[in-house]
Amino acid sequence: MTVSQRQTKKPEEFEIMLVTDVGSTTTKARLFRKKSNEYRFVSSGEAPTTVEAPYEDVTRGVRNAVREVEELTGLRLLEEEGIVWPRRANGDGVDLYATTSSAGGGLQMMVAGVVKTMTAESAERAALGAGAIVMDVIAVDDGRMPHQKIERIRTLRPDMILIAGGTDGGTITHVVEITELISAAEPKARLGIGYELPIVYAGNRDARTPVSKTLGNKFALRVVDNIRPVLELENTEPARDAIHELFMEHVMSHAPGYDKLMKWTDVPIMPTPAGEGRMFRTLAELRKVNVIGVGLGGATTNVYSIYDGKFVRTVSANLGMSYSICNVLKEATINNIMRWVPFDVEPALVRNRLRNKMIRPTTIPQTLEELMVEHAVAREALRLGFSHHKQLARGLMGVQRVKTMGEIFEQKAEVETYIDMMYVDFLAGTGGLLSHAPRRAQSALLLMDGFQPEGITKLAQDSVFMMPHLGVLSTVHPTAALEIFEKDCLVRLGTCIAPKGVLEKGGSALSFKVEDEDRVVEENIAFGSIRAVPLESGKTAKLILSPAKNLDVGRGPGHGLETTVEGGVVGLIFDCRGRPLSIPVDPAARRQKLLEWFQAMNAYPETVYERIRSAEVKGGS
Amino acid sequence: MRTLKLSMSGFDRQRLREEASMAHAYTPGLKVKRFTIVSKTRRLPIPGEVLVKEGDIVTHDQVVAKTQVPGEIHLINVANALGVDPEETSQYMLKKLKEPVAKKEVIAKRSSFFGLFKSFVYAPADGTIELISDVTGQIALREPYVPVEITAYIPGKVVHVMPREGVTIRTPAALVQGIFGVGGEAHADLKVIANSPDEVLTPEKIDSSCEGKVIVGGALVTGEALAKAVKTGVKGIVVGGVEDEDLIKFLGYEVGVAITGHEEIGVSLIITEGFGKMKMPDRTFSLLKSFDGREASINGATQIRAGVIRPEIVIALKDTEVKGLVEEAEEAGGGMVPGTPIRVIRDPYFGAIGHVVSLPVELQVVETESDVRVVEIELEDGRRVIVPRANVEIIEE
Repeated sequence: MTVSQRQTKKPEEFEIMLVTDVGSTTTKARLFRKKSNEYRFVSSGEAPTTVEAPYEDVTRGVRNAVREVEELTGLRLLEEEGIVWPRRANGDGVDLYATTSSAGGGLQMMVAGVVKTMTAESAERAALGAGAIVMDVIAVDDGRMPHQKIERIRTLRPDMILIAGGTDGGTITHVVEITELISAAEPKARLGIGYELPIVYAGNRDARTPVSKTLGNKFALRVVDNIRPVLELENTEPARDAIHELFMEHVMSHAPGYDKLMKWTDVPIMPTPAGEGRMFRTLAELRKVNVIGVGLGGATTNVYSIYDGKFVRTVSANLGMSYSICNVLKEATINNIMRWVPFDVEPALVRNRLRNKMIRPTTIPQTLEELMVEHAVAREALRLGFSHHKQLARGLMGVQRVKTMGEIFEQKAEVETYIDMMYVDFLAGTGGLLSHAPRRAQSALLLMDGFQPEGITKLAQDSVFMMPHLGVLSTVHPTAALEIFEKDCLVRLGTCIAPKGVLEKGGSALSFKVEDEDRVVEENIAFGSIRAVPLESGKTAKLILSPAKNLDVGRGPGHGLETTVEGGVVGLIFDCRGRPLSIPVDPAARRQKLLEWFQAMNAYPETVYERIRSAEVKGGS
Repeated sequence: MRTLKLSMSGFDRQRLREEASMAHAYTPGLKVKRFTIVSKTRRLPIPGEVLVKEGDIVTHDQVVAKTQVPGEIHLINVANALGVDPEETSQYMLKKLKEPVAKKEVIAKRSSFFGLFKSFVYAPADGTIELISDVTGQIALREPYVPVEITAYIPGKVVHVMPREGVTIRTPAALVQGIFGVGGEAHADLKVIANSPDEVLTPEKIDSSCEGKVIVGGALVTGEALAKAVKTGVKGIVVGGVEDEDLIKFLGYEVGVAITGHEEIGVSLIITEGFGKMKMPDRTFSLLKSFDGREASINGATQIRAGVIRPEIVIALKDTEVKGLVEEAEEAGGGMVPGTPIRVIRDPYFGAIGHVVSLPVELQVVETESDVRVVEIELEDGRRVIVPRANVEIIEE
């Protein structure tokens, strides 16, 4: 297969590949190269994104990021027309250039369906899966009056709308009603004052004619197969493909400089989260495991789950660590953030600090106390993002099914997520804060506190933020993408062993025995504490666990377990703080406990614990 | 490494320009300028009519473009109301598509039992029938179009017309950008009520003489002073900082993402430094003081993400005032160099002012153990400190 008309080489003949991600703040270039028959990550360059005034041309940021790569590698990659591609006989240029993008707010969509928990929810999943930010979900039964919905649609300026509704052959009235509502509201596109807003219709096949009649002359309408042809089936693929095509044709072509950028490559520009999602899926497929992935960015938090083969992505558009840091504060509340701050500080002061980060989002923590406050917010952003995710990672609603006896006895509500943390094998993170955390133990703790994995869970993170890059690369050269992913992208943090349950009166929670070729470590851990045992990345060890009567490590309460576990840069983490996590209510006791946990994980430099403790003593006396 | 060629191609020159401009992008300072050229693009929400032409001189309140936005829409299920099948809807309509109707006018009627029983559907408002659906039985009634006008906002000269979209207006002006604001556009006289830039703006400092004015305070505006300002009819407040908790109380809600400007709170608030008590820089304060009593156009609208918008105070200058003045450079002196005056914008030296001593090339490890690009600074009190470059802002002089 050749990838384009310009490139005559086959992907397996590629030697140098350049991929960029045009992010909302930074454009990141990554160079990959074939070295003695293996593909590796070679170099990176970063520069501010130039989508906004005064530049209003993304290619300038791309050039600047690529120039850094040029300087670091000595390769010539740029020319006046753009990237030197395909590679010249003199060695200049690259065999492949591709890019992802989330600049200018990414792909912003509104979705609509008939029933909120059925077709509208399927449409929402499809849009999210395509890498979009969902601005609102409109449904016949969403509790709003028609005029309220119209008002809302009028004020939104989405890049695209996805409409679902009805099963094939079913009644067409309700889905047409929704399209009439949208037609009446006349929503305008976010970019480009006079152009037609793209709409994807993925509802009841029989309603296509009236829908086309209602919408066809006002919008750029694309009709695809029904997202819920029957109640028992969710078919998001055609809608997702249409969204990607329209993203290129309409949205990208109206964003500043993208017309130029699109000429630099033959590989369709992919929304950043779609690239990220592809790699988390790859991880799950490769290892045949359940994976939860998270991209914690400056503006958004993307959560991905691949659980029993089902892929779901959600985006919390306003949960992030810079631009949206105060929305985390707002949604989580200051009290929930303060519960992760290990030193005595006035909440009002923390509020002001976070506000100041919001208005100057590119600043970075200089002191450990500032870093700890950002980590406190990150825990809450992850917790909220995951809680949002679980609302969509659930079975199809409206499907008649036979309940098992267990479900009847548990009276498990149908709305609950199917994700059981005990059966999540892999928890992996990406994004600036995680990738740039000065110690890997910090990332491990953030993931553990935000997601609260149960039983035995491997932890990993993106090394230098290249998941989106590898995602788009995998569309052309999957072998290279996978090789680089395994060797250079995925940093194994270690394995978390967290018994599920709580011991109200404390006491011994877990006995463990770790055996590898050089040693045997045997210990007993008290409830409420955490312990890290080093085990290098790439090594495995035999692990024997024996939990307390009420605690479960995967075989039921009180049952022991023998297994083989993988190491990582942090090692094996025995987290006996309880599931759900028990944090002391008394502020002083809580701070003491947090310091104890951080110290046990060697998460921050020793000096800071001394400093905080002595300040606490002074404050108390 | 690339070397500088004596004879540069257009491409190389472009590269150098980009490199120079990107160096600045890391440390953008807020503009505080005694004389600059301010351009404002005034754009309609949907295409319409531009009322001025290139070269026209406009006042701040002059309407420069107007359009009609579609009126409110009413969806009425006529089939349900009349008790008929949706596909029969058209038969019962007394009004056709595109036909105008008056409020309370009968728009659909059904008679049964030889006219014995009648049911009607009345128009809920004046408007036009925009949809009659035989699929759902719905009709849509659109209220008359609503005119929307946009004013010039700043006095000046029309320098560019985008047909049907809007205009760009330009004026010589003094310009102060804030870091965050709430409330939209306003135009009023400036009144400096603080004696020094570190003063706290308390309610007793606001009296009836502040009515209809843009008042300039010092380091902090208290929650009580905000309330008093609204009560007094103050149009705008410019101050160094505000406590987050006071702002929440004042707005009645918590700002999640910094996209503001649409608040209807009776006053526009512009903070120049940040949250908490923060002394307004002497330069900003003295500039505003020198324009005490002058007309100003202000806007609290702030957007940190996707197209940064900072709140602003624009004081248009007359041609006679700018004669002989040199416009302050857009970005002074090519980014940070030793001697550049800067301000630290993050703890532990938040708000401290100093100048650059050196710009180490190598990354340095700061207390957090992160490797970062740093700047060595001498603070006003003589201390020499190392700060991440991301945490300083150039003071444009």
